[in-house]
Amino acid sequence: MKISENWLREWVNPKISTDELVEQLTMLGLEVDDVIPAAGDFSNVVIAKIVAIEKHPDADKLNVCQVSVGSGDKLQIVCGAPNARVGLIAPLAKIGAVLPNNFKIKKSKLRGIESFGMLCSDVELGLSDDSAGLKELPMDAPVGNNIREYLDLEDTIIDIDITPNRADCFCAKGIAIDVACLNDVDLTKPVINEQDVSHTDKIVVNLKAENQCPRYLCRVISNIDNSKTTPIWMQEKLRRSGIRSIHPVVDVTNYVMLELGQPMHGFDKAAINSSITIKMAENGDKTTLLDGKEVKLDDSFLMIADDENYLAIAGVMGSLNSGCNEKTTDIVLESAYFDPATIMGKSRDIGVHTESALRFERGVDPYLQEQAMHRATELIIDICGGEIGPITTTQSDEFLPSAKEITLTKNKLARVLGFGVLDSQVTSILTGLNMSVKVQEDCWKVTAPTSRFDMDIEEDLIEEIVRMIGYDKMPSANLFGESVIMQLPEAIVNANHLKKQLNTLGYMEAINYSFVSEKQLTNYEKLDDSIALKNPLTEEFAIMRTTLLPGMMETIKYNLRRQNDSIKMFETGHVFHQKETIVEDQKIMAICTGKRNPEHWGMVKEAIDFYDLKGDLESLLENTKSNYNFDKSTHSFLHPGRQANVVLAGKTIGWIGQIHPETCRRIGIKKDVYAFELSQFYIQQTSLPLFEDISKFPSVRRDIAMVVDNAISYQQIKDIITDNINKYLVDIVVFDQYQGENIGQNKRSLAVGLVLQQNNSTFEDKDVDKLMTKVLNSIQDKLGVEIRGL
Amino acid sequence: MENLNQILEKAITAISEATNNQALEDIRVAYLGKKGTITSQLKQLGTLASELRREAGVEINKAKGKLQQEIQVRRNFLQIKELEEKLNAESIDITLPGRKAKNANLHPVTRTMNRITNLFAGLGFEVKTGPEIEDDYHNFEALNFPAHHPARTMHDTFWFNDGHLLRTHTSPVQIRAMKHMEPPIKIIAPGRVYRSDSDQTHTPMFHQVEGLVIGKTVTFASLKGVLNQFVNAFFEKDLEIRLRPSYFPFTEPSAEVDVEWQKDDGSTSWLEVLGCGMVHPNVLRAGGIDPEIYTGFAFGLGVERFAMLRYGVKDLRQFFENDIAFLKQFK
Repeated sequence: MKISENWLREWVNPKISTDELVEQLTMLGLEVDDVIPAAGDFSNVVIAKIVAIEKHPDADKLNVCQVSVGSGDKLQIVCGAPNARVGLIAPLAKIGAVLPNNFKIKKSKLRGIESFGMLCSDVELGLSDDSAGLKELPMDAPVGNNIREYLDLEDTIIDIDITPNRADCFCAKGIAIDVACLNDVDLTKPVINEQDVSHTDKIVVNLKAENQCPRYLCRVISNIDNSKTTPIWMQEKLRRSGIRSIHPVVDVTNYVMLELGQPMHGFDKAAINSSITIKMAENGDKTTLLDGKEVKLDDSFLMIADDENYLAIAGVMGSLNSGCNEKTTDIVLESAYFDPATIMGKSRDIGVHTESALRFERGVDPYLQEQAMHRATELIIDICGGEIGPITTTQSDEFLPSAKEITLTKNKLARVLGFGVLDSQVTSILTGLNMSVKVQEDCWKVTAPTSRFDMDIEEDLIEEIVRMIGYDKMPSANLFGESVIMQLPEAIVNANHLKKQLNTLGYMEAINYSFVSEKQLTNYEKLDDSIALKNPLTEEFAIMRTTLLPGMMETIKYNLRRQNDSIKMFETGHVFHQKETIVEDQKIMAICTGKRNPEHWGMVKEAIDFYDLKGDLESLLENTKSNYNFDKSTHSFLHPGRQANVVLAGKTIGWIGQIHPETCRRIGIKKDVYAFELSQFYIQQTSLPLFEDISKFPSVRRDIAMVVDNAISYQQIKDIITDNINKYLVDIVVFDQYQGENIGQNKRSLAVGLVLQQNNSTFEDKDVDKLMTKVLNSIQDKLGVEIRGL
Repeated sequence: MENLNQILEKAITAISEATNNQALEDIRVAYLGKKGTITSQLKQLGTLASELRREAGVEINKAKGKLQQEIQVRRNFLQIKELEEKLNAESIDITLPGRKAKNANLHPVTRTMNRITNLFAGLGFEVKTGPEIEDDYHNFEALNFPAHHPARTMHDTFWFNDGHLLRTHTSPVQIRAMKHMEPPIKIIAPGRVYRSDSDQTHTPMFHQVEGLVIGKTVTFASLKGVLNQFVNAFFEKDLEIRLRPSYFPFTEPSAEVDVEWQKDDGSTSWLEVLGCGMVHPNVLRAGGIDPEIYTGFAFGLGVERFAMLRYGVKDLRQFFENDIAFLKQFK
């Protein structure tokens, strides 16, 4: 809401500077977004009249004008504006004038003709961002006078960000009430004179939507003089509120809206066929709006109609051809109260933004219509003359909101605020806000003005009291009491611990968007149970991720292109699946590519491989103290021979593998990429440490070397070993793997070391030998493995 | 006897000139071995007169002891010297870089979120989380946003076809917490939130931290006190804060909190950093809490905003580009 400071000061004029006023508004909750001078900084611009005009001899688009500035000789001005004509009164920047941006006006020659100044448009004076030509001043503008004084340009435009609760502050009056209360100064209301009726012409109103339109006032004003123009003071006030002057009737309705808060509408009576009906639209109906846009309607739209056509979408916008224009002589003025819930969202639905809808959907004072009608009538008659018909009021008392009495208890006030406020201060603040206040022993009975839609419960009144005391002036206190020791489950691995562990392993944390493109996602997974947004910003962000992989792969690609050769990163975050209900799962993914070690004189320069990542994954799994293993898997986005499902305590909790080289190629990554993704919940479940006696007896180690078929996994061998000697097995290590010609095709040699220990005695060699024989026989029997040595 | 002294002197000189163990051993054999000079002198004692024999024996044994001691000293010296030479030969260039693991770090948003939650944990706030795909009830209705309410237009919402939505704030966690907890309640809820807005100062996803306190002595004054302490603790500076009336459907009274921030040029201005207020009675009721017994305050802040102020990040969008050159600055 933009408003001229001078206009606001007509209502309320505390003895404070502009800066102080702006600060006060912001601290009242009427946040000032911007403070703009009413005009650019300029000087020596006067009102001038074009008295003669002729074409420039050497330039088609230029005119040579003779201009009067009252006293003294006429000035010759060369001008290219399309609306330059004899009799036009316009601003003239004289020689020596300085226009905005320090543009100095000097005597000049345009195509050989001397020009002694410049006739100005709105743009050149910093009054507007665009204009069609010279600023046209009224015929009675005093030629020769300073334009700044004439237009009252020593003014400031205050742009206020009105929060949705303060519908009452979409007008000068509402803002003025707050300022008056805060400064404890009087409010100067405009004197509104009820005009005498001079004819009996009426429009019949059929109200068929009482709930949606509890009150509808209209009146006919006939025979207005449509040659009149809007007075400059009104045009200027409108301009400073960001509204362009169009036509006196439209300007007056806008003016009353900005002044009192009542949006009004002026119909051309000639466009109304017989009566007015207020009703809901029917599904499938259409209407064409003032701006030429055709919109589809449904039965949630409240409409103003005549016997044949829709005249307007109530409270939003008039229909084409029903509004006033420069030929209109008889008008029907509308001043109504529409139910906010009915208007809410409608302008958004049809993609228009109107000042009227903005106000109606937040709430217009339901008892303002008659006063606004009088005010508008008075202003129209002042400007255009005309004959006034009686006001037709159609209303439904049942649906008209009534003023509500709110009880504010002293107890509640103290309980919410936590600091004391004098009773007398409470009374004077509420009274100052035009509320009617009955003071009782332990409470106040308060009735707020009907413009204050936000006053509903005692907390609303409490906010008003603190607003006027000043949020910045209220004391602060410590939070005390109310403390209980919170739960701290020890058998849960803290999520942050996992992240720090990955950091230590060299993985940098990334955060990717939770939504991805369909194309990105289908590189890895089918869309079967994915969830698409109804209104995505772009195709890039259209589907909720079902895996962290698309974002992480993009992150790898992004960083590879920025000269990072070796990358290790991780992310944690939700993925989303449509099952019977929507399922969100917190995942943790680590991903890596490049070299195992940083480039270094003393470290191997090998590429990172599956086992590097697997080792890092195992160190996370070991937090849980549960058994885990890796099962063969068949994920299509992974290398078919280098992938596994991760099984923890018997449950598959994720996967690990090399991203399929074809997938990498498709998205533009040339390197091998390894990743794992787990459901984070499971790797956070652990158990408390439980002390066990430490064996006093030494352990023994026995190594086994064997040649195994590639088809046999280490896991199979390990399972047999543990099945046989689990009781004594303290540790098992694989200390060598070798493949080569001397071993045979599709075979490898494995060397495994077993560490054995007893709790109650030292292992005797013969006992160990017996155990080892059992293990070896078992391996040979079950897997046909050749034992090479012990 | 002069002979013995000469022998001793000669031997000592030889010992001091021995440069290795072998040379020293040769000297030992030459003087103290079976056929050594000193040994042979001892053997000749028998030829002396008995009154001289005792005295001469003492002298020769003294000389023998002296030589043995000299040899031992020299041997020790040579051993130490040898070790020193060996170690010297083993010396390395201690300025070559060590074998270090590449050290990684948390994302600045996580770092900031941790800092915020840790500060509130110190005051007894418990961390709570909620789903990111929410229903209209938890995101709006229970928070006192009626259907079509204009306040909803302040939240540019991502919707799903079935009526679900991406939460536009962490406030739905308030409702979930109230329904599952008994007062006194003190929770902090960090998490991702979504608004359909994207430009230089908005990303469609960002992070918020929500705080909620409900009890019998929770007041607007204590809200101001807690936030003032929090802002000072977070920035480790004694910053001025200012509460300013604002509007959120789920709080009444409501406030924005501005911090007096020093700009690069030394001037200060008020920067909006968080929103807060006393929990609206309708919201307490929606959470199953009696507003006639309990009051509550709530606040919500943008994590990226705090991170930007704290670490001097200028462009919000950098948080989600995941450029390692950016991320690694937050060690």
